[in-house]
Amino acid sequence: MTPRQLTPRGLTLRELTIRLIVLATAILGLNYIIWRWMVSINWDAWWIAVPLVLAETYSLLDSLLFGVTMWRYRQRDTAPPPPAGLTVDVFITTYNEPLDLVMGTARAARNIEYPHRTWILDDGNRAELRAIAEAEGIGWITRSEDWANRPRHAKAGNLNNALLATDGEFMLILDADQMPDPKILDHTLGYFNDRKMALVQTPQVFVNVPPNDPLGSQAPLFYGPIQQGKDGWNAAFFCGSNAIIRREALMQLGVMRYVSETELALNKALKTADKVVAKARRQLGPGQERLAAALNTVAADLQQVRRELSEGQAIADVTYRFQERVDAVARNLVAEDFAALHAELNSIEGLSRTIDVDGSLAVVDDVALERLSQRDWSPLGAVETVRVLIDSVNAEKAGEAQAVMPLATISVTEDMATCMRLHSLGWESAYHHEKLADGLAPEDLDSMLTQRLRWAQGTMQVMFRENPLLQKGLSVAQRLMYLATMWSYLSGFAAVAYIAAPVIYLVLGILPVQSLSNEFFLRLIPFLVINQILFMVVGRGVKTWRGQQYSLALFPTWIKSVTSAFGNVFLGRDLDFRVTPKTLQERNRLPWHLVRPQLIAMAVLILAAVAGVIRLLLGQGDVLGSSVNFVWIAFDLLIFSVVIEAVRYPGYDAWLDSNKTKEVSR
Amino acid sequence: MIEFTNETLANGVGVIRPVGRLNMVSAPHLGANIDALISDGTVRLVVDLAGTDFIDSSGLGALITGLKKTRQAGGDLRLANPTAQITAVLEMTNLNRVLQPVASVDGAY
Repeated sequence: MTPRQLTPRGLTLRELTIRLIVLATAILGLNYIIWRWMVSINWDAWWIAVPLVLAETYSLLDSLLFGVTMWRYRQRDTAPPPPAGLTVDVFITTYNEPLDLVMGTARAARNIEYPHRTWILDDGNRAELRAIAEAEGIGWITRSEDWANRPRHAKAGNLNNALLATDGEFMLILDADQMPDPKILDHTLGYFNDRKMALVQTPQVFVNVPPNDPLGSQAPLFYGPIQQGKDGWNAAFFCGSNAIIRREALMQLGVMRYVSETELALNKALKTADKVVAKARRQLGPGQERLAAALNTVAADLQQVRRELSEGQAIADVTYRFQERVDAVARNLVAEDFAALHAELNSIEGLSRTIDVDGSLAVVDDVALERLSQRDWSPLGAVETVRVLIDSVNAEKAGEAQAVMPLATISVTEDMATCMRLHSLGWESAYHHEKLADGLAPEDLDSMLTQRLRWAQGTMQVMFRENPLLQKGLSVAQRLMYLATMWSYLSGFAAVAYIAAPVIYLVLGILPVQSLSNEFFLRLIPFLVINQILFMVVGRGVKTWRGQQYSLALFPTWIKSVTSAFGNVFLGRDLDFRVTPKTLQERNRLPWHLVRPQLIAMAVLILAAVAGVIRLLLGQGDVLGSSVNFVWIAFDLLIFSVVIEAVRYPGYDAWLDSNKTKEVSR
Repeated sequence: MIEFTNETLANGVGVIRPVGRLNMVSAPHLGANIDALISDGTVRLVVDLAGTDFIDSSGLGALITGLKKTRQAGGDLRLANPTAQITAVLEMTNLNRVLQPVASVDGAY
């Protein structure tokens, strides 16, 4: 670590410079956008003017949130060496990755120097993998039987299952394609000397990516300044892999969620209980008097639950006694049924002649009676709504494999939601900026797009389900840090406005601003310049351009993530309606179809430029306006050009081969 | 929640097929179906349980009542194709010794 020059207020010069640039960005940005809203909108063409100014406002907020992130930018010193004797489990999560890959990572994990146990969490339940792993002294865990026919919750479920099967104080989580460095624990466990530290995230860096990174796999701005900025606000993110977590924090989270979810479910159930029972009774026809009487008893029991809860008795005790009373009701019903049944059997003439009706039949044993009274076979189950009601007044979560789910299951990306919950309980997190694992990134456009879609969908699910602005226990800055990441995934809508505006101007001559006056440029250009300076200073030589390109160029993916997550959270629709067709035929030709919207956008932009030239030649266009829009279109095309590179990218091995051939031919 | 598709075979055997859950609410319907067949003169009955996912103690009661009534009318009631849960309940209560289920409707008589 380089020696740090501190200013009087304890900031390094670099930190101070960043703050000054952030302030300048905010002032110049507001100077532009306020003027845009107040003065410049061309209301005659509101249908494009308003979307454009909204898109610009979106981008400005994005930039301001980035500024807030950078305000507390911090580089942590090296962690102190960890004390000896901590117990650590290393988890390698896998579903269907090739065995060689999983075992490669598992062996590297086994060779981590700090004493630990290594486990493969095999969601694919592969006997072959188990045999290889156990032969090499590596643990193998798959889902317990409890998970049969219950929601599996993907990776979060896999980890939650392993949490109950292991007992280390800390766990290192690794994706199957993240090969760890032997020092990974020695360099990070020391942070946990701080008793409130719950999580340490290290970067995800990929080794199978060419320097020009055609698929935008590396995220040097995120695993660097952004995480370091979030860290400054105690909001370093958990990113699913290459992170070390304190078990106690996760378990506390799981237990607290369990308690609050139980309370919530109980209150909800009690709220509707009377209605449900009354409705069930009304729907019973003639001949159902016994059931009606049983329901009356259940209704009275529910009243008692309410009374006891309002007296402040423990939920577990109250619900346990309720379940006992309900079980007694069921047992009575079964006993009555059997009494009647035996009376019938004994009265059937000739039955004893055909078969042997002896004592063993006359008395149904207690075991059978007990079993037939249990909730799943109970006669009370005849009224489905009442059965559901009884189940929900119950501290067990029958619908889930485990009552306690430490890793959040509300999203397809469990990491962000879990991390936010940890922060809201007052735990701390750290970002350790040192590459301690070699990762493998997707090598084809199709997988890359699927992966980005999933991340974006997961983030949107969290935004809709547990919006950071509404969570208790988070500081204002922490809320903004979570919002910043969610906000950045909304860029798809802005991209559409940025494509449409120049096209509309060049084809129709309609300007979304009142005039391209000097004032417009004087307010806009300084902001754009200072914004780029901020990126340059913050990024300090890292390549941020790919990221900027993809944040606009993948606009169809981003838009789809928002609409599908909205449909999933609010309309109960399935997230994945996409089938991945991977036929050989399609691999033989370039996958242009995957970026069709981008190609159409590029064609439209080019045609619009041609139209603009024609209009100029005909003397219809304004030279200044057209020039600005030509530059704009050129910028858009430069952004979108990344998808052409991405489509043509043959994968890392093929890229290596072709580079070797080039060198030889030279 | 429960439906009955009944038929009378060429040999005069009545087949009752309860589809759904045979429980405290639906058991009286089974009784009514049996009564109807008996009053039509069909007294040799098979209850085909292939579509019956579940039975509780009330459902068992309805079957035994059906057995009694068919016997009184000079016929019989037999069970065919029990699903796993029904087999378990019959075995646990020893009722499989009274109502021994058969694998198919055709083999019932």
